Parts: sequence; C-alpha cells; structure tokens
Amino acid sequence: MKRIKDWPFHLMILPSLLFLIVFNYVPMLGIVISFQDFKPWLGITGSPWVGWDNFKLLFERQDSVQVIWNTFIIAGLKIVFNLLVPFIFALLLNEIRKAYLSRTIQTLVYLPHFLSWVILGGILVDILSTDGGLVNRFLMSMLGIDPVPFLSNGNWFRFTVVVSEVWKEFGYGTIVFIAALANINPSLYEAAEVDGASRWKQTIYITIPALLPMAVVVGTLSLGNVLNAGFDQIFNLYNALVYEKGDIIDTFVYRTAILEGKFGIATAVGLFKSVVSMVLIVISYRLAYKLANYRIF
Amino acid sequence: MYHKTLPYRVFNVCNTIILLLVAICCVLPVWHVLAVSFSAKAAADGNLVSLWPVNFTTIAYEKTLNNPVFLGSIWVAVKRTVIGTLITLTLACLAAYPLSKESRAFRGRNVYAWIFVFTMIFNGGLVPFYVVIQKLQLVNSFWVLVLPGAVNVWLTILLLNFFRGVPKELEEAALIDGAGHFRTMFSIYLPVSLPALATLGLFSIVFHWNSWFDGLLYLNDKTDYPLATFLQTVIVQRDMSSMSFNPKEMELLSQTTVRASQIFLGALPVMIIYPFLQKYFVKGLVLGSVKE
Repeated sequence: MKRIKDWPFHLMILPSLLFLIVFNYVPMLGIVISFQDFKPWLGITGSPWVGWDNFKLLFERQDSVQVIWNTFIIAGLKIVFNLLVPFIFALLLNEIRKAYLSRTIQTLVYLPHFLSWVILGGILVDILSTDGGLVNRFLMSMLGIDPVPFLSNGNWFRFTVVVSEVWKEFGYGTIVFIAALANINPSLYEAAEVDGASRWKQTIYITIPALLPMAVVVGTLSLGNVLNAGFDQIFNLYNALVYEKGDIIDTFVYRTAILEGKFGIATAVGLFKSVVSMVLIVISYRLAYKLANYRIF
Repeated sequence: MYHKTLPYRVFNVCNTIILLLVAICCVLPVWHVLAVSFSAKAAADGNLVSLWPVNFTTIAYEKTLNNPVFLGSIWVAVKRTVIGTLITLTLACLAAYPLSKESRAFRGRNVYAWIFVFTMIFNGGLVPFYVVIQKLQLVNSFWVLVLPGAVNVWLTILLLNFFRGVPKELEEAALIDGAGHFRTMFSIYLPVSLPALATLGLFSIVFHWNSWFDGLLYLNDKTDYPLATFLQTVIVQRDMSSMSFNPKEMELLSQTTVRASQIFLGALPVMIIYPFLQKYFVKGLVLGSVKE
C-alpha cells in the first residue's frame, strides 16, 4: 500500500511549534542570566559574566536558604494532605446511596477549585482577620478563645496555607477516586455479601485495594510539585510579618527580581527550582509507569 | 445485608450529616461575602454581619457597577477569555490530531511529542520570560494576555488521548473516499469530539477568567487590566484609587461592602457555568488519567 503523505501533519503542528519556540524555548536560553550580573539596559549580550557567583550567593544568603526550606515544607504538607483527604472523602461519599444527595455534595465541594486565589485570598483575609473576622468571632463565641493570628504568625500562616489549599482542592481531587470507585465490579461486593462480610470488611478488602493504583498514580505524580508551594495562594495571602516562615521560592523570585531589581540571583533561584523539579518530574513519571503502568499518552 | 444493621444505619446518618457540613463549609465563605455586600456600612465595618445581610442595601453594587474602570476590566476579561479560548482550542485540535497518530503513519511524531512535553517539565523562569516579552514589544499590549499561553500542552494531551479513542475505521473510510487529513479532522474527528472540546473549553475559560498575574506583570495602565488583575489590586493590595468616593457617599458606602460586591461579581460567572459543565469536566479529568 502506498504511504499516505504526512506533510499535512507537519503543517498542522507548525503553528503550535512556533508558539512553543517563541514563548517556551527562547526563554530557556535566557537562563544564562543566572551566570551574569544582569542589567536591563545592557541586555543579555552586554551584561558582565560572573560565573557561579549568583548560585554561591544563593546558598550563602540566609534568607534564600530559608525560602527553599519553606517551599519544601509547605509543598510537602500539601502533597500529603491533597492525597489523603480526597481519598477518605471519596470513601465516605461512596457510602451515600441517595444519588441526588451525593451529586449535590459533589457540586458544592467542587466550587472552591474554580475560584481564583485572588477571590479566595480576599475572602480569607477578611474572614480570618484577628480584628473581628468571621472565623475568630465564631471561635470566640463557641470556645471562648483569643483571636488566632492565622495570617500574622509564621507557624499559623503555614497551617492556614495548607488547610486552605486542601479546602480549595480536595473536592476536585475526589473526582479521579470517584471514577475509580465506579469501575469496581459489583459482583465482588455480592460475593462478599454472601460470605457474610460486614461493610467495614468490604471496604478494607475490596474498596481500598481497588483505589490504591489510582492513589499511587496521584501520589507519585505529585512528587514533581515538591518545590511548587503555590505562588498564587501565598502571594495573595502573605505579608511582611510572615516572610520568615511563609516566603517561598516563587514569591522570593518575584520580589528579588521585580521589586529589588536583582535579576541575576532571581534567575538563579528560578533555575535551581526548574532543574530540581525537572529531575523529580522525570523520576515520578518513571515510578508511575513502573508501579501503575501509567503513561500520559 | 449490611444496609439493615443498626451500626451501619447510625454510621450512615452521621456520615451524611458530616459530609453535608463539609460541603456547606466549601460555599459558606462565598455566602458570607454575599451577605456583607448587601449590608449597610455600619454593620459591615463593625463586623456584625455573619451569614445574613444586616440592614439590606444594594448601594455597594450601584457604586461598583457605575465604576468605569471595573466595567472596562470586565470587557478586557471577556475579550481575553473568548479570543484566548478560541486560539487555544484551534491550536490544540491542529496539534492533537497528528500527535495522536502512530509514529508509523507520521514520521517525526515522537520528536514533536517530546518538544511539547519538555515544555511541561522545564522552563526558564520569570526573568528570562519577561525579557522575551519585552523584546517582542508585548509589554502593555492586550496580546500579552493571549499569545504566551496560546499553546496549552496539557489540554493538547487531553485531546490527543480522546482522538486515540476514535475508531480507526472512521478515519480509514474517510481517507479511502479521498478526503485529506484536514478534511478528515474537521468532518470526522471534531464532530465526534464535541464533549471533549466542551471540557477543554471549560478549562480554558476558567483559566483565562482567573488569570491575574500576567496582567499585573506586563500591563502598566490600570485601564488595560482584565477583571482578575483589577480585583487583585482592589482586594489584595487594597488600592481604592480607581473608586472616587465623594463626601456624601462616604457616609453610606464602606470599602468593605464595595470590595465584597466586587469579589462576588468576579466569582459569579464561573459559579454559574461550572455546575452545568460538571459531567464534562469529570469525564475530561478521568480521560487523562485512567489507562488500561
């Protein structure tokens, strides 16, 4: 059979390819800025080279090392709870047999996922305020405790960031587990029923093992986010009071580059993050392929 | 029959109540903002509003909807959402079709696939990107909101996986009848992919409507801001300069209620559309994750 010509394929990809080259690959060349004392008026070709100085400075400056730690801690906690909470929620939701109730709950818990951190940040700053915010008013009247500095104390800030992230995303995270639950063969439960297994035993021996492959995929793939602590969220929630515990790589890059004009070191931090993330993503996809036969395409 | 046992019934009632409470917690903050936005100045500034408006008034909305900067930012947001989504969907269709072919039918397919995927795992970072945008003269231009994100690799992969599921016989029949690849894509693949395109469209619309950082970074004139960026300056940076309060209004209007009305109006479009597209995005998400 004659080969079908494939030039239309190349033509179809061409526009996307051009966009990727201009907006993704050309900026990658710009990482040379991290080896320069970059001055915008001199440009990339005119700025003096400084070798590894920016990276040395990065690991010598106390604040930048702290920022890397903060990122790691916040992102790590988010990964754990963003896996655990949707998993448990899906199991509990699976016990609700009335379809309309289950669907209503799902629609409601999806809502925060679709709102931006600008909107949610505005709402959270308002309701978490120590000066008569809704949450502190509630805690005061119910438990009689002093206002909690959710957004003005470093440790509380980390807590708030992780909890609010989980609050925003857990509903959306249940979708893949609900889909996996729907794929469980009902005859397994019927057989267990005949053998007299309680619902608890059925959950332990049928439901949870059926969900584990999906949990492995979600868990391993999220490894790539170990240095992604959520720029949008932190940027819209933080303030100078919590920089020490709440500042992360992405917000640090923004402030160092845009507000302080130290482009060399900002690019170096960004490059550090990109390289570490790349290694982790590659490892996590290999793992997901090995453990659960997952491929993106 | 576990359904009939007493412990399971007790569990079921508790479980239902707890899950309903959790679900309510997900919408309560938005509800609170709605209540504040309809409250009078004294109640809002005195933190007296919880979940119901105190001294109901619509004055905050009148002020917000008469603010030309706010209305202008809605127009910019609508424009970027429509144009951005159209460009993204067009490019995604064009790229996903050839990438969904086997490398036997399309030599070079794997090379292209890697060029696409590599952009997902590595990027140059903020500063080099800014330099490129500047060199392209895109700073302060509307197109900076649309062009840099025009190719969405993740959405392209979702669509690619969907195209893979289209029966091969359809394509073969079209090719034998003399249709070219462009014709096959438009007349065969796209019509059967409408649910997938609806999913992609929803993701792209939400992405564009909620994007604020590009506007903040690349646009200097506030009248060019899309809604999300405008809201960021008002809600987070507490910048009320675009709102001119005259002394008479100061007595009736509080910044709190005006801000609340803007938060609510900004969230409204997305809140209206997502429940209707629920079944599509549930499908779309699963499409990209479960493999045999």
